[in-house]
Amino acid sequence: MVGIVGYGTYIPRHRIKVEAIAKVWGADAPSYERGLLLKEKSVPTPDQDTITMSVEAAKNALRRAQIDPSEIGAVYVGSESHPYAVKPSGTVLAEAIGATPEVHCADFEFACKAGTEGMFVCIGLVQAGLIRYGLGVGADTSQGAPGDALEYSAAAGAAAFIFGDDKVVAEVEETYAYMTDTPDFWRREHQFYPEHGGRFTGEPAYFKHIMGAARGIMAKANATAADFTYVIFHQPNGKFPQRVGKMLGFTKTQIEPGWLSPTLGNTYSGSSPMGLASTLDIAKAGDRILLVSYGSGAGSDAFIFRVTERIDEVRDVAPRTRDQLDNNKVYIDYGTYAKFRGKIRKAT
Amino acid sequence: MSSPRYWREIPQRYRLEAGKCTDCGNIHFPPRLVCSACSGRQFETVKLSDEGTVFTYTIIRVAPSQFVDQAPYAVGIVELDDGVRISAQIADVDLDALEIGQRVRIEFRLIQNEGEAGIICYGYKCVPA
Repeated sequence: MVGIVGYGTYIPRHRIKVEAIAKVWGADAPSYERGLLLKEKSVPTPDQDTITMSVEAAKNALRRAQIDPSEIGAVYVGSESHPYAVKPSGTVLAEAIGATPEVHCADFEFACKAGTEGMFVCIGLVQAGLIRYGLGVGADTSQGAPGDALEYSAAAGAAAFIFGDDKVVAEVEETYAYMTDTPDFWRREHQFYPEHGGRFTGEPAYFKHIMGAARGIMAKANATAADFTYVIFHQPNGKFPQRVGKMLGFTKTQIEPGWLSPTLGNTYSGSSPMGLASTLDIAKAGDRILLVSYGSGAGSDAFIFRVTERIDEVRDVAPRTRDQLDNNKVYIDYGTYAKFRGKIRKAT
Repeated sequence: MSSPRYWREIPQRYRLEAGKCTDCGNIHFPPRLVCSACSGRQFETVKLSDEGTVFTYTIIRVAPSQFVDQAPYAVGIVELDDGVRISAQIADVDLDALEIGQRVRIEFRLIQNEGEAGIICYGYKCVPA
């Protein structure tokens, strides 16, 4: 059966606290901390981008998969912050891991769900017998406009998943997609920062599509919330995944292992895939996991996984996600953050 | 760095591919046409270890123009676990705590941008293990 053969994540070491951002803009830090359940977020250094984080996450996935990278037949990087406007991130990634030249490559872009799109397509290609292994990556170094609400959450991170039908650590039991034209968040060509519809990003966007995808896949699989050991929803902040989980009948215990956003922020295309990786880090054989991504624009991809016994062999072959999140952190002030993120206009 | 030169060095910059002399086993990074130890001309491609120790280092405080925003930063010679020494930037490190003998590992990083519109050059740096 088709499933995840290897998985890996990468989180930059630098962090900025919500209070350090709020102080600069005269905002009330506790309202973000309590209202959106956000404490701090990851920050990439100037020498880290979607490509570099994708490579590190993919290397961790390869360590767990223990396959020959030249057997990877497809490399898909999902991101809204591809370093090049024209030249796929996947070209550099595939070259860096040694998957070239017999490999299909494309970049995906769908706000925060581009990562699960690549995973979705890899599953289909493996199932069709067109490729032996497929690599789907979700990675972003997202930008929020200075002073905008998004600046408190837009973070950096990557997750990589290799799919195949042997050496599987989590079988794919079901997939489902739910998508409409909903303009809740966008970035026009040549614009540096995205725009969003404020509260419109909630009810008709995030909640409608996640609920639609979750209910759809559960109906397809004839399952209820109680049939899953763990669940991961997209995490634009700390609060939304908890609230949508409650609305769908899931408990905090089911959400907890993959709930990274309070100290990670929103890693956009990396967000729910990193939650899945963190959940696999502690899962046991037989556990059933529901993953529902969300991308503005707007749509959700949903997956049901069943963990196999091979998980015990691979989980400690590469760094665990929660360890990367909690250890070796370097806190920076807003000035350093602004420099790192290219927010300071310099003389040319 | 011109695009063709960068492209030629991709196997070394991305994947640390070295040439191992099939006669005497000496490893050359970057690969050579003739072995400096035995003058052999046959090599096999090997991938260098991605962990090692700091052999020596210096702190760059007055940087070339394309690295000026990163100063001060550390550049070191790192002895990888297979005995090969490479020179690399040591990133994500507290410069006051950096010391010879410290364990480091290879990470894939952006090395430099060719101005605002040119190619983006990637390669290896070392970070604390």
